[in-house]
Amino acid sequence: MKQKTFIGFTLTMAIAFFSTVMTQVNADPINPILKAEIDEEVTAPEIAKPIKNDIKQARNYPMQPPLVPHNIRGYEINLNVNKCMACHNRTRTEESQAPMISVTHYMDRDGNFLAEISPRRYFCNQCHVPQTDAKPVVKNEFVDMEKMVIKAEKEEE
Amino acid sequence: MKWLKNFWRTFNRPSVHFSLGFLALGGFIAGIIFWGGFNTALEMTNTEEFCVGCHEMRDNVFEELQPTIHYSNRSGVRATCPDCHVPHEWSNKIARKMAASKEVWGKIFGTIATRDKFLEKRRHLAENEWARLKANDSLECRNCHNFDSMDFTLQGKRAAAMHSTALASGEKTCIDCHKGIAHHLPDMKGVKGW
Repeated sequence: MKQKTFIGFTLTMAIAFFSTVMTQVNADPINPILKAEIDEEVTAPEIAKPIKNDIKQARNYPMQPPLVPHNIRGYEINLNVNKCMACHNRTRTEESQAPMISVTHYMDRDGNFLAEISPRRYFCNQCHVPQTDAKPVVKNEFVDMEKMVIKAEKEEE
Repeated sequence: MKWLKNFWRTFNRPSVHFSLGFLALGGFIAGIIFWGGFNTALEMTNTEEFCVGCHEMRDNVFEELQPTIHYSNRSGVRATCPDCHVPHEWSNKIARKMAASKEVWGKIFGTIATRDKFLEKRRHLAENEWARLKANDSLECRNCHNFDSMDFTLQGKRAAAMHSTALASGEKTCIDCHKGIAHHLPDMKGVKGW
């Protein structure tokens, strides 16, 4: 009985010790709320404002889904309606002067063209996202493919 | 039939017991009380608390309104139900209130008493509102959104392009483009512009 209590005690202590260590190791370096001690009060970072300047941004790689340069607050994409298609659908682009969705978005998985947007492409903001003015919390080390090619060619010379 | 004849005989003759002053003044005061009471009751039905008093409105459309810009925004200026659904001007307001007796009928017989019933009727209900706003040139929108006070230079490029042409010429009215801004949309199949 005494031995059992001792084992239980050691186990509890061990768990307590390791969980403290673990939380310190896993402490999030980005989000101050996750990094904070439990008795510490942290102000949440300011909510970033959406960028809505209507200016097309360059794609970082050829297959990148274009970003949304406008506000999409309250835009519904559901069983009843797809608000994006009210401007970006083929038949709506003359009036709206918005870019038409890519032709691939009318194709089903067998390559057949459909009259309307393909169900597998229906949820626009799965790929196309608006941007905010938030400052990046970590430095982005992404290098454009084109720059890599140029660099490689120079090294070869 | 006999009582009607008796009533008419009394009604049609000059008063015997009451003075002209009493009748005139009494009629005047009674008029104030009745008219005031009518107007007070009318305004009572013209509040958000009254609309939201029914679960049909509270659990469906009012829920949907709350995250939209017409309920929560930077400046705290907001629209209540009657701001958009009842004209502010008197004769139009009375016409709308008379049409609303259909809504009392709907409440009594529970035409949208459940979520499913409501969703089934949503297209029909939305179409009623679109048609009404189209017919009165979006009168309720214009209670607050004054076209003459719109500064196109302060609007986004796309907004300015639309407002300075189609809206300015009267070719289009607010509701033609701004559908579903305060509530969720129904199935939009076949709706022009969608």
